[in-house]
Amino acid sequence: MSPSLALARREIVRFFRQKSRVVGAVAPPLVMWILVGSGFRGSFREDTFGYFFPGTVVLVVLFAAIFATISVIEDRREGFLQGVLVSPVAPASIALGKVLGGAVLGLMQGLPLLLLVPLTGLEVDAGGLLAAAALLALLAFALTSLGFAIAWSLESTQGFHAIMNLFLIPMWLLSGAFFPVDGASSWLGAAMAVNPLTYGVAALRRALGGSAPAWISPSLSLAVTAAFAVLMFAAAVAVVARLPAGPAARLAAARERRT
Amino acid sequence: MTPPAVEARSLSRAFGARAALTDVTFSVSRGEIFALLGPNGGGKTTLFRILATLLPPGAGSFSIDGLDPTVAGRTVRRRLGVVFQAPSLDKKLTVGENLALQGDLYGLRSGARSSRVAELLELFGLEDRAGDLVETLSGGLARRAEIAKALLHAPPVLLLDEPSTGLDPGARRDLIDALASLARAGTAVLLTTHLFEEAEAAHRIGLLDRGCLLALDTPAALKATLGGDVVTVEAKDDAGAPSLAAGIESLFGAEAGRITVVGPTVRVERKAAHTFVPRLVEAFPGAFKSVTLGAPSLEDVFIARTGRRFREADAPGAGNGPG
Repeated sequence: MSPSLALARREIVRFFRQKSRVVGAVAPPLVMWILVGSGFRGSFREDTFGYFFPGTVVLVVLFAAIFATISVIEDRREGFLQGVLVSPVAPASIALGKVLGGAVLGLMQGLPLLLLVPLTGLEVDAGGLLAAAALLALLAFALTSLGFAIAWSLESTQGFHAIMNLFLIPMWLLSGAFFPVDGASSWLGAAMAVNPLTYGVAALRRALGGSAPAWISPSLSLAVTAAFAVLMFAAAVAVVARLPAGPAARLAAARERRT
Repeated sequence: MTPPAVEARSLSRAFGARAALTDVTFSVSRGEIFALLGPNGGGKTTLFRILATLLPPGAGSFSIDGLDPTVAGRTVRRRLGVVFQAPSLDKKLTVGENLALQGDLYGLRSGARSSRVAELLELFGLEDRAGDLVETLSGGLARRAEIAKALLHAPPVLLLDEPSTGLDPGARRDLIDALASLARAGTAVLLTTHLFEEAEAAHRIGLLDRGCLLALDTPAALKATLGGDVVTVEAKDDAGAPSLAAGIESLFGAEAGRITVVGPTVRVERKAAHTFVPRLVEAFPGAFKSVTLGAPSLEDVFIARTGRRFREADAPGAGNGPG
């Protein structure tokens, strides 16, 4: 088996051996969907369950990416990663293994949600579901790469939580998953327009029979999402190649100075 | 001529203003067990990380089987088996899964991989634990699995950082036996240690203190640099030791060898001390509590080279961290 596939398989095996991770990734977004969808029902004319559904699926994938990439920090702390770093495996293969594993986990958690489509009021045909699945795969790869690139140089999961709250969750909130791009104020609208996730959510919304802003054409949404995935993976490879020791070299230096 | 398995040339490394390693030069040949002995914070782990290709040297260079890691990085890594001080096994995987994954990382084909995994499980007595999660293993078993993992791709050079950390004395002896048989089969074994008994089992020892290589030789040769045996005479009290030392010197003269007084004890370094001890006992009846005769230890060597006891030399707060 190639090193990347072996590392990806390890991610998946580990996931199923930690039951709390399965619950932690799937339950919170579902609870959020039901609560927010029900709560806003009275305030909007549009069916809120249908509106929040695509964003919820993206959120599940985002959570999966976050949990999968936090494991890089654990791999480093528990020592597993040092064994990989002294092996002849190329940096790109290490990044691909971790990202592929995380993306598959994201998909495994996101795809079953598509079975809930009949409950949402959205009208989707089989082609739409297939397109949605393909988009989710691309988004899962992009978000896992992004999380991996961030987590690689962090020394603690606490650090990752700070970045998650400050950066990843706002990125999701400003993607049109939570409120529409077109109704946003000008500065918010600008932030949403430069957010690559906005295009992924728009594409997914369309595939699932919902409506997306007219200025985001289907081809634009696809192109931006694909470019997002490629760039994020390039960033993931770059951090492994440039900073193989992650935070360790810096920590070791600090420890050496203290002594 | 075959190049040495490991060759370090003037390796240096600083962290900020602190020099962790200064101008270290040595080589290890195939079939040799080489121990880097030193107190914590002495530079052992820094040197280990450089040789394991995890940390670039600040100055100097090294080669593995004559290959420069900055040019042939992946080839060099294929030749290195690395056992870290901290475990590197995945605790959520079984022993067998960990070894199989290692085989994949080192590019073993699946047929060769399976037979090699079976071979190492047997060699390290782990066959019946292959299906157990690593987190359920005892410290000693986990350590064996760790070494089995490092050897899976049959590396000609094995690097181990404080390999007996957390092992009981029995498991430590087993480990030393295992390393000895690897060396007999032609593997170059380089280990770092702060334990004299572990260093004792090596063919050669490099004494590393404050980042400098102070001595480099076989354990016997290092000990032979001290004057033969060490006779330790314990006086009745601190006050009695100097007069006892003076008495020994005046009676035996230059024949006594080098005499030092440390607290209530008088240490006499001399050759063929077994003929000296009976005469000493007859000459000073009742003047001391005990007389012991022993060969010089590696700790005596360390004291002679640094003027400090080994434990005192431990850098404060260094713990088990990189040193």
